Order: sequence, then structure tokens, then C-alpha cells
Amino acid sequence: MDYEALGLKAGIEIHQQLDTEEKLFCRCPTLLRETDEHTGSFFRYLRATESELGEIDRAAQEEMKLARLFCYLTYDTTCLVEYDEEPPAPLNREALAVCLTIAKMFGMTPIEQVHTMRKLVIDGSNTSGFQRTACVAVNGILPDNCRIETICLEEEAAQRVEGDTFSLDRLGIPLVEITTAPCMHTPEDVQAVAEYIGMVLRSTGRVKRGLGTIRQDINVSIRDGARVEIKGVQDLDLVAEVVRREVRRQTELLSIREELRRRNAAVDGEAADVTDLFAKTKSTILKKAPQILAVRLRGFAGLVGLEIQPERRLGSEMADYAKKCGVGGIFHTDELPAYGVTEDEVRRLRVRTGADEGDCIVLVAATRERAACAAEQVRLRAGMALEGVPEETRKMLEGGSTAYMRPLPGAARMYPETDVFPVTIDGALFESIETPDLLTDRAERFARELGLDPALARQVAFSERLPLFERALREGVRPTLAARTLLGTLRELARDGVDVNRIPDDEVVLLLQAVEAGRAGKEAIPDVLAELAASGSRVDAAIEKVAPSVTPEAIQAIIRQALAEREAFVRERGMAALGPLMGVVMKEVRGRADGKVISDLLKQELARFLAEG
Amino acid sequence: MAVIKLDTGYNIGVSRSAVEWCERPSPPAAALPVVRQDADLPELAILSTGGTIASRVDYRTGAVTSQFSASDILRAIPGLAGIARYRTRQIAGILSENMTPALWQDLARSIYEEIRKGVSGIIVTHGTDTMAYSAAAVSFMVRTPVPIVFVGAQRSADRPSSDNAMNALCSASAAAGDLGEVAVVMHATMSDDRCAIHRATRVRKMHTSRRDAFRSIGMDPIGSVEYPSLNVSLADEAVRRGAEEAALLDRINDRCGLLSFAPGMPPSVLDAFSGYSGLVLAGTGLGHVRAEWIPALSDLIEDGTTVVMTSQCLYGRVCDRVYDTGRDLLDIGVIEGEDMLPEVALVKLMWVLGHEDDPERIRYLIQTDIRGEIRRRST
Ligand SMILES: [Zn+2]
Repeated sequence: MDYEALGLKAGIEIHQQLDTEEKLFCRCPTLLRETDEHTGSFFRYLRATESELGEIDRAAQEEMKLARLFCYLTYDTTCLVEYDEEPPAPLNREALAVCLTIAKMFGMTPIEQVHTMRKLVIDGSNTSGFQRTACVAVNGILPDNCRIETICLEEEAAQRVEGDTFSLDRLGIPLVEITTAPCMHTPEDVQAVAEYIGMVLRSTGRVKRGLGTIRQDINVSIRDGARVEIKGVQDLDLVAEVVRREVRRQTELLSIREELRRRNAAVDGEAADVTDLFAKTKSTILKKAPQILAVRLRGFAGLVGLEIQPERRLGSEMADYAKKCGVGGIFHTDELPAYGVTEDEVRRLRVRTGADEGDCIVLVAATRERAACAAEQVRLRAGMALEGVPEETRKMLEGGSTAYMRPLPGAARMYPETDVFPVTIDGALFESIETPDLLTDRAERFARELGLDPALARQVAFSERLPLFERALREGVRPTLAARTLLGTLRELARDGVDVNRIPDDEVVLLLQAVEAGRAGKEAIPDVLAELAASGSRVDAAIEKVAPSVTPEAIQAIIRQALAEREAFVRERGMAALGPLMGVVMKEVRGRADGKVISDLLKQELARFLAEG
Repeated sequence: MAVIKLDTGYNIGVSRSAVEWCERPSPPAAALPVVRQDADLPELAILSTGGTIASRVDYRTGAVTSQFSASDILRAIPGLAGIARYRTRQIAGILSENMTPALWQDLARSIYEEIRKGVSGIIVTHGTDTMAYSAAAVSFMVRTPVPIVFVGAQRSADRPSSDNAMNALCSASAAAGDLGEVAVVMHATMSDDRCAIHRATRVRKMHTSRRDAFRSIGMDPIGSVEYPSLNVSLADEAVRRGAEEAALLDRINDRCGLLSFAPGMPPSVLDAFSGYSGLVLAGTGLGHVRAEWIPALSDLIEDGTTVVMTSQCLYGRVCDRVYDTGRDLLDIGVIEGEDMLPEVALVKLMWVLGHEDDPERIRYLIQTDIRGEIRRRST
């Protein structure tokens, strides 16, 4: 696809959790918990209030279509601030410092006085009904003429457990939100910028790592299309694909619009009650429903079922809108007869609604109230198809397609958080902030100064274990041994199901030091690490248990026995038996001594054995 | 610093010198529809003193502005329209820490007028800090055949999670219900599951910020309102609608004070109350102050100040007959305040002294349960 010709414009918003001691507006630790560790729960209703402009924000209104009760799980690591039962503590200075460091790394200009705002969010993910957020700096530089518009410091939302139940451990963890200009023009550009920003963030060493700690929102539009914000792209590798699929969706919606216009299509007439037509239907969903409403879409036949993204049709879009009223989905005649609906039922449906072959009929089945609401939503979305692409907030589905979430929010959803005092950012303080080296620079340095293979050097620099690697080096471990253990061995063990996160950093360093000192063989490292993870013991005990060190005399004895048992073979091969013998002896010693020591001893013994002949 | 609102909605602070000022027309005021009320429903009077039942945010200042008209309140909390119709009246627009006994009198008189006009119930919106004092004061000053319900919000009304709407709905349901006394209706728990109905003379704000800050002390709440069903259930002990005739007993003597004793506090502190008509002491334990206070207190009482002893414990009854200091206090004429909450004892003392001069009558009234403020039995 020629993205330039399509007028693709994309920008990203990156949300990255910060690794601070305490949360942004309370003194709780920034610890994620297992939900079965919760110590209590409570529940609340959220209601939209009249905003500062005297009208309820349209995004909020959308959510309010369902009066929803939210349940919240509490922990021994959460407090009244998370429960919205106590005013917030002052803005966390540690988080502000990390945010300013990041701002400086992007060459941004700090705001003189930072004001915390309340951003209306009533999907339940914030107990208060708003998220606290503050604009900290503006105007950053990115490669390839791209630009960061703002960096904001905000509180993380609560994690949805299921349905309308949320876990409060995550609520309030500091987060930076970086918003770029819409300066990217191909899907690959977007991916590259996302990767670059992620790399800079990790260079600080002050951000959280692991799944869910960084999320990308992507803004996409094409010429004649509309701005669409795609939320929650967690997998960096999918960024380009998400953009590709959104461009396709918008292109398809535009050609559907052209076709609808050509057909003089229209969304007219009221929804018709067709409940009686399905009194004896084989479709269990329709049979159970108290009311079934039919919406006739004039001139829509064949287009509602048209694929606009992998696994997505115009009908899926209508279903998303209808679901806001609490219905499970919709049926439409582009996919009927099917799902237990017979050809005869479809025919009678057409007669009842006065629809001809060129029309598509959409069915919604639910309680009277919900069905009416859903039918209205279907008509709304169908009307939008005549206009082209609606401005929307969408969520990513598995694979990179997207579903409708809510309309794009306007600026009206923010007002000042009066419980938090503004913070003045001292110019001199900002100047004095020291920015860390970029991970890319560090990778180059590791290759150049430590003689690491460039690929391994990059792996080390970008790894979560970078601080541990640097510490091991400071404590006298050779770079290659440290890199291989931290990146290779630990990862392999984790893959084999060993809980390597249980091994304290101190023990890893002590083990590497023991290897360097010859107290344990390199070969014993995996077994010792596995023992450390399993038993939680100290390194010396683990070595003693898994690989008690063997004296040179004992090794000598093992070698002599091996030689004696294989006398014929050894005599025949002479010194060439060294290789095979090494394998035999190593197996016997099993990492309890260094390979180099064994090989020296073996050479010595073999030569003597042959000489004795 | 000048505060600028960006197009993104964020505010930022910028030095005034860096800002160039220009004209900007103020945004048009939103046309707000007037809400129709159902003439078949009972009528409730909403009297506001400054407590926020509904609010809007002023984007220019960021200030939260309270909404008072019936239409404003009904637009903010549409569910109220199904319970009753409303007339509204603003008595004051103050933070509740600025409340005064004179305003209690204004409030009591307005409530009495509304009852005489025939409303089915009264809702008083009030800041939570001193709500319990005002509710107790109204309880002493107004004899009522209809419910008088005090309500407020612990979390600001602008937030989607505010307790204002649920408290307002529950208070309206209670005010339209079978109650016949003055009560405080607020969240019973941290969840949006029910409000407790507290007797005005036994309730206290026991937490600075939680929704369920209000607690009945020394007794269970006199009822509850389930949410969202708004079903009201009343305890046997709750006074029922129509149990008494409307009357206004609105005299107050505000030359009264409340003093909480602390170890080592010098007797000269009492000099501040010289010339006062009454003084409530919140003593330690069973109702004690240090022995060094006895002469100064004696002088105060000799000069005509009524001194009532209550306890900082809040829970339990004062008894000055157990230890020597207590017996000395009784000897000089200190009145045991039974199990009254110190604040309620203060309000009651003001009210009693507003109506009585005779020391024996005063002592009798202080020690007699008049509005549920004294429990005859400690249970
Ligand atoms: Zn907390």
C-alpha cells in the first residue's frame, strides 16, 4: 500500500510505569499483587457530573448508558487514597524527578509550574471517577524530524480483574505519558519511533519492566478518513501491524461510503418490533429474548457483512455500538440464514419491514429497554457509514484488529485537582539533572571496551538485568561469564520452569565470584542456580549440595579409573583419546571443578599412562 | 504565576511576565433546562446552609460551585424526581466551620415555617464538619411531626464517585418516610450499599474523610436506607411521623463554651470563661480534671456559670462519685452530664440556658433526657 498517497498520519502516546518507592499521590508501595491476596472489597456507582462547560462530556455520557456498579479489591498494600476515601498526598517528588530526567533526555522544555488535573474516566478503572494527571514538559526531539508534544505525569488506573471488578494494587502507580506529534507516515515509522522512545525510557533505569508496564496508544488517520485512537497496544512488535490494519479499515469504510452513496442508501424509518416472527425460532438467543427489534438499512445489503479488517466487518462495528446498551451482539441479513434462523424467517422479516433485496436488516434481541437502546445505536452507526469514518477511541484485539470503545474524548474532560498544590520547577534544578547514557550507547561501549560480541553487548544493554551485569563486573567477574550467565543461563532456566526471580542478585554475584575463584565449575552454574531458586539457600550451601568441590587428587583418581577401564581404546588412539576421555571425566565430575583444570590433569595423566605402556 | 488552560485541557503555570494578555469572550452560558416536578408526589423542603448536594466546576477558576435551585439539584441527581417534589431555600452559603448559634436559630425558624406550610419532610444540606452540632441544635429547638434530615457529602460533589448523590437520594427517601424526628443520613459503609439514619443528638463525625464518617455513639442507628432500592427501615426506637406537634423553642444563650482538659493544663485556662453562662468540660475518663482546678472552677460556679462534666471517652457515662476528685467536683456544683456527647451537651446547655434561669431547673433539664441525647440505661 502506498501510505504516502493515502495521506497516512500517525502519532503515538506511550504510557510507561515508573519504578518508584511509593505511588504518585499516596505512600503505598508500587507493588503488583495476586488478586487472591486481596484483604477486602467494596463497591461503588460512578455518575457523570456536569462538566465545567455545563454539559456532560460525550465520552462520559456514552459510558453512562449503562448504570454500572463497580467492585474494587483492596490489599494490605493499598490505602484510603486508592479507595477515594482520603484526599491525595502531595505529588511524589521522586516520580517528578524521573519524569524530568526523561523530559531532559528528549530535550524538552519543562513547565514553570506543574498543575495536577482531574481527567474524567468513568469506566470504573479509577475509584474517584477521574485520573490525576499533570503536564510536566513540552516540545521534545525525536529522530527523523519527529517531535514529542508533551510529557505528562499521571497515576496508573486500576487493573480490571473481570467484568466490573477492579484490583486496586495498580491504581496510583506513577506513569509517564509521552505524546508525539502526528509526524509518522508509514507503519514502520510508527514502530521505529515506539521502539526508540521505549529504549530512551529504559535507559533511565527507573522504569518498570515486564508485560503491561508499557502501553502504546496509536493515533491514525488517512486523508478523508478520521482520527482514531487505538488503546492499549502492549506488544511492541504489533505496532506496525495495527497501523496497517487501521489504514485498511479506513480505506474500506471509505469505499463502503462511496458504494452507499451510489446506491442512494439511507437510514430511515423506525425500528420495528418483530418479536412475534420468532416465536417458534430455532435460534436460542432470539427465542429467549423478551423483545426483538429490526432496523431496516436501505441500500446496505452485502456491505454490512463486508470484511474491513481481518475478522471484522461493518456489522462488527454496529455490534460494538449496540453492546454499549448491554446486548450481546446483533444479527444482520448479510449473514442470514444461519445461527438457527431459517430462510423462511428471513423472508417474513423482509415482508414485515418492507425491505427488498438491496436492503440489510439488523436484529437486536434483549429486554425492551436494551433492545430500543441497541436499535438506536445500530441506526447511529449505520448513519455514520454514510459519512465515512467516525472519530473513535478503539481497543486492540488479538492480532492487531480493533473494536470500538467510545467516541474520542474532547478537552472538556479535564478540570483542576484542587487537592494537590501546583509544583514550581526550578530552572537551575532542571539544568542540574544528570541524564544517563542511552542503552544504544552503552551497547556500543560494551562491545568496544569489554570485547563482547556486538549482539551480546546489545542484549546486555537492553536487558532488565543490566544493573546486575554492571555490578558483577565491578565485583571482578569477567564480562563474558557475566553476560552468558545473566542472559543465557537464567533465561534458559526460566524457560524450563525454574522460578529464577526468587534468586537474590547477591547470590548470583557470589556464585559468579566462586566460579572465578575456581571454587565451582562453570558447568555447575545452571544446577546451582536451580538449587538457589528451589531452596532459597545461600550460594555456598547450594554449591556444596549440587556440586561439592573435588580435590585435584580426587579428579586424578577418577581419571586413572577411566583410563584403566578403557585401556584398549586408549592404547589404540593414543593422545587422540583425549577428547572422548574428557567427555567421560567431565560427566563424572559434573561441574564440581573447572573444565580447564580437568583438561590439564587429563593431559598429564594420559601422557603418563601411555608412557608407562 | 498565570495559569493557562491548554487546548488539551491541561493547566500550566507560566510567569506573568511571559504572558501576553488578550481579550477573550467568556464562553456562552449553557442553556439549562428547567426540570418539571410531579405534582402527585409529596413535597419536601430542601434548606441549604452551604453543604454541597450538587455542584458544577467553574473552569475559569477551577472552583467548585454549589447548586441550589430545585432545577439544578434535580438535573444533577435525576433520581430525586421520582421520590418527591421539592422547594428549596438557602439559609446560608458558608463552610460549616463558620456556622454559628445565630444561624442555628435562622435554620430552626425556617424549618418551623416550612413545617407550618405543610411540607412532608425537611432536608437540610450541611457541611459535614459541624453537621452534628446543627442537627442537635435543631433537635432541641424544633418539635416536629415530620422528618428533618441533615445530609452532606464527605467527598466533593464534582467527582463522579462522590457520596453526594446517594446520600441525597437516601435522605429524600427518609424525609418522605415514616420518621418523626431530627436525623443525620449519611453512608453507613465504604460501599454504595446503604445509608444509616442517625439520631441527631447521638451522632458524631468520627473520621476526617471516609464516607462512613458519621457514627451513632452509644446506640445503634435509628434506621437505614438501602441503596439503590431506597427502602427505608426504622428501628422500633425511632420516633414516628406525627408523634408530636410542631413547636418552635428557639431561644439560645450562646455565652457557653466547651473545654477539653489535658494533663498539666493550668487552672488559668478557666479565666477565659469568666463571665460565661455555661461551660461544658470534656474531662478524662469518668469525668475528671486535675485537683488544682477545683478552686478556680468553684469560683466560676460561684459567679453563676453552669458547669457540666462530660467525658473525652465519648463512649460511656460520667460518674464523679468514684474517685476523690470527682466527689470534690460534685461538691462545688459541677453537674454530671450523664452519657451525653460533649458537643451535644454544649448545644443543650445553650438551649437550656436560653429558656431557664433557675439553677435547680437548669440542673434538672441538663440531667433529663429531652431529645434522645441521654440514654437512661447504658447497653
Ligand atoms: Zn495508598
